[in-house]
Amino acid sequence: MTSGDVIYQTEALIAEDIDAYLEQHQHKTMLRFITCGSVDDGKSTLIGRLLYDSKMIFEDQLTALENDSKKVGTQGQEIDFALLVDGLAAEREQGITIDVAYRFFNTEKRKFIVADCPGHEQYTRNMVTGASTADLAVILIDARKGVLVQTRRHSYLCHLIGIKNIVLAVNKMDLVDYDPVVFDAIVKDYAEFARSIGIESFTALPISGFKGDNITTRSANTPWYKGPTLVDHLETVEVLSSVDADKPFRMPVQWVNRPNLDFRGFSGLIATGSVKPGDEIRVLPSGKTSTVTRIVTLDSDLDQAVAGQSVTLCLADEVDCSRGDVISLADNPPQAADQFEATLVWLNDEAMLPGRAYWLKLATQTVSVTVQQPKYVVNVNTMEQLAAKTLELNAIGVAEIATDKPLVFEAYGDNRTLGGFVLIDKMSNATVAAGMLNFSLRRAQNVHWQALDISRDAHAALKRQKPKVLWFTGLSGSGKSTIANMVEKRLHAVGKHTFLLDGDNVRHGLNKDLGFTEADRIENIRRVGEVAKLMTDAGLIVLTAFISPFRAEREMVRTLMAEGEFVEIFVDTPLEVAEARDVKGLYKKARTGQLKNFTGIDSPYEAPEKPDFRIDTTREKPEDAAERIVNELLGWAPTI
Amino acid sequence: MADRQTLTHLERLESEAIHIMREVVAEATNPVMLYSVGKDSAVMLHLARKAFYPSPPPFPLLHVDTTWKFQDMYALRDKMATESGMELLVYQNPEAAEKEINPFDHGSLHTDMWKTEGLKQALDKYGFDAAFGGARRDEEKSRAKERIFSFRTASHGWDPKNQRPELWNLYNARKNKGESIRVFPISNWTELDIWQYIHLNNVPIVPLYFADVRPTFEWEGGLFMADDLPRLEKVLGYRPEITERSIRFRTLGCFPLTGAVESTAKTLPEVIQETLLTTTSERQGRVIDKDAGGAGMEVKKQQGYF
Repeated sequence: MTSGDVIYQTEALIAEDIDAYLEQHQHKTMLRFITCGSVDDGKSTLIGRLLYDSKMIFEDQLTALENDSKKVGTQGQEIDFALLVDGLAAEREQGITIDVAYRFFNTEKRKFIVADCPGHEQYTRNMVTGASTADLAVILIDARKGVLVQTRRHSYLCHLIGIKNIVLAVNKMDLVDYDPVVFDAIVKDYAEFARSIGIESFTALPISGFKGDNITTRSANTPWYKGPTLVDHLETVEVLSSVDADKPFRMPVQWVNRPNLDFRGFSGLIATGSVKPGDEIRVLPSGKTSTVTRIVTLDSDLDQAVAGQSVTLCLADEVDCSRGDVISLADNPPQAADQFEATLVWLNDEAMLPGRAYWLKLATQTVSVTVQQPKYVVNVNTMEQLAAKTLELNAIGVAEIATDKPLVFEAYGDNRTLGGFVLIDKMSNATVAAGMLNFSLRRAQNVHWQALDISRDAHAALKRQKPKVLWFTGLSGSGKSTIANMVEKRLHAVGKHTFLLDGDNVRHGLNKDLGFTEADRIENIRRVGEVAKLMTDAGLIVLTAFISPFRAEREMVRTLMAEGEFVEIFVDTPLEVAEARDVKGLYKKARTGQLKNFTGIDSPYEAPEKPDFRIDTTREKPEDAAERIVNELLGWAPTI
Repeated sequence: MADRQTLTHLERLESEAIHIMREVVAEATNPVMLYSVGKDSAVMLHLARKAFYPSPPPFPLLHVDTTWKFQDMYALRDKMATESGMELLVYQNPEAAEKEINPFDHGSLHTDMWKTEGLKQALDKYGFDAAFGGARRDEEKSRAKERIFSFRTASHGWDPKNQRPELWNLYNARKNKGESIRVFPISNWTELDIWQYIHLNNVPIVPLYFADVRPTFEWEGGLFMADDLPRLEKVLGYRPEITERSIRFRTLGCFPLTGAVESTAKTLPEVIQETLLTTTSERQGRVIDKDAGGAGMEVKKQQGYF
């Protein structure tokens, strides 16, 4: 029976026995797949054809399509199926697909969601986005052109995201006279490449999206082809969620449901495995165990729930459990760690900055993370591993990352939910990268925090003061060191234990290996922040005088310190004034190009939005500013 | 129960929508659910009740009213708000009310003022930072490319070229100052999925979706229902010729903007049957998409229409 018959029979069933049809539709499963290929490989045409053949196009849409085909179509008087799916007005004018678009169609057995992924090099991020939710990938090849650089890139990306079902659709067979020799040569060529990057298997099909060969019906033009049609294949491959159901139980907690004192439930989407009332579970990272008592839904309690279901679990004990925790099988829990090797796909115009703190969101956990300089980046056209200092837009690389709190995780290859993450820029809030955890690093597992008997409170109490970090920030020559020095003298005079960390001085020792690139500036501030933290642990009042141009790093240092310990002092001197003073002659050098990456000239300064102190040096004398800071500090904290 | 391991497509869609709603509640400060009383809104409300049961959904319902909805819609709206235990906020743009904006005299200005402007005003008034909407990607071409978490600028504009990538089921809900989020939990549902879900879960919907003999009139080539004849007469300036016909509605908006179809489908399976066998697409009954040629909805959205 061909698929054409199926469509006819489906229509007949709808007309004659709607209840039977609904019963059938109700039990359909769902397959999500992506189509990728180069610009002119015919992706949109293929998807348009699938919609058309599965009767997902209505008469009015068809009329519009026929009109549009004549006006802007590229197929002469024939229907241009691509116009059905090329959505945004801007794209229709340019004739290219620039963003992931999602389409839907049904067959007798399944509902399909297709992510239409663009073929342009600069839109790798869209392809990775589309692939992340896909069970299967259809890689399109133009039979006239064979395996191209883009084919290799798309295949690599699909493999990287972990898509196991790969379909090689050799399209436009009508334009090579349905020649089996052409088809076989392309398949052989592709097989060689696939093996080299670790793709274990794929299914190859000769098709024509334009003419409809081997899409829903077996084509009379390819009698030499014995395999399934594209739709047959899509209807029968195994979906990801059924694979996930066989793994150990894990559910990241999204939300604690507490309508009243008598009910406490933990809501989440089951990532892998299944759960029943009576199951022994473990809450991570705390490691506390309990037993599932109920699986609650609006309709009724469930006897069992499996991967892919959103549920609410009740537990026998009052265990501490909140958003971000993971409920797992008691005797087979995932691990927690804070240092990892990860594969990153950079998605933003602003390149990755090693050492900068980003937000990392993995399942329902959000932590602060820093990324090391990449070990290597992958040239997605040649699969070569190359050395790199950073990751630019669309770059794929491997790097070590460190989080500020332990993360409950599994390797991405074992669990997409507990191994896949995004990075978010703390200032712009943009999603800047997608990542996959490969493994945790041993040093994170083996270096434990040593508990010490003399606490930071004890250090501070002996000095009869509260530790602080007075963080002076501002342009070069703004007066940071001058004012910091005056503040320290005043504090010292009243018997406070202080220490001043000066930018120039630190660069003579601790940080003499660092330059002035953005990455080195971040590392400079990170080290100073850590040193300042150790000094506050020792009970000192620390003063720092660094340009510290980036908000993100100042925020990072703030989060290192205890609440209220970090005092941001913005020495606000306009660039013209600082440049006119030019105490060290640096501005002159920067203006004449002898000094690169100079803040205010060719490197940005991000002024604090809400500093604790703002000193306008054009209106306030350094002595007065120092006096004001000291008075207010002593007023704030009488024990200083 | 032989193959419990593989969820059906509706189970997966339901689970996805619930997951999205819970993420918003966990990460947004002041969420709201837009409620238009149509069938998609009905499904959204049902999903919200499922997502947070036994708690009531922890956000209010917002109806941006045009004063031109069908009487049956107002009745169901009030009933569902009571039943769900949720707060119902109704907002009507005071400027549109004052100028007596109506669909007959003012054409697309009616939608602009009551809906687009009304929505912006309501979101600003209550300071909502995340609004659930029932839009689906299968409805219209520009929707097919919209993210599930779709960001709007302080002036509620949409920038299709600058959308955040959405990977796996990880949603980045962090906003910049002044930004707000539209969240579309049923993005991946089709019209058939909506009907099937209503059927399986007995979700209450407005009776106008089912065929009945109703007073109708013809206007500018379309078939409409005379829901409030005196008011209709006032704005039209004449008494339209009323014919009793067996009709129903495929979508529900403002009654003069929503065309009726002649039908005898009185039960849900019959409605679904008719929907599947019909050859005109769902939104055809709505006048709004035809403005500005093929790019109607995209332009409207950049201006802030939901």
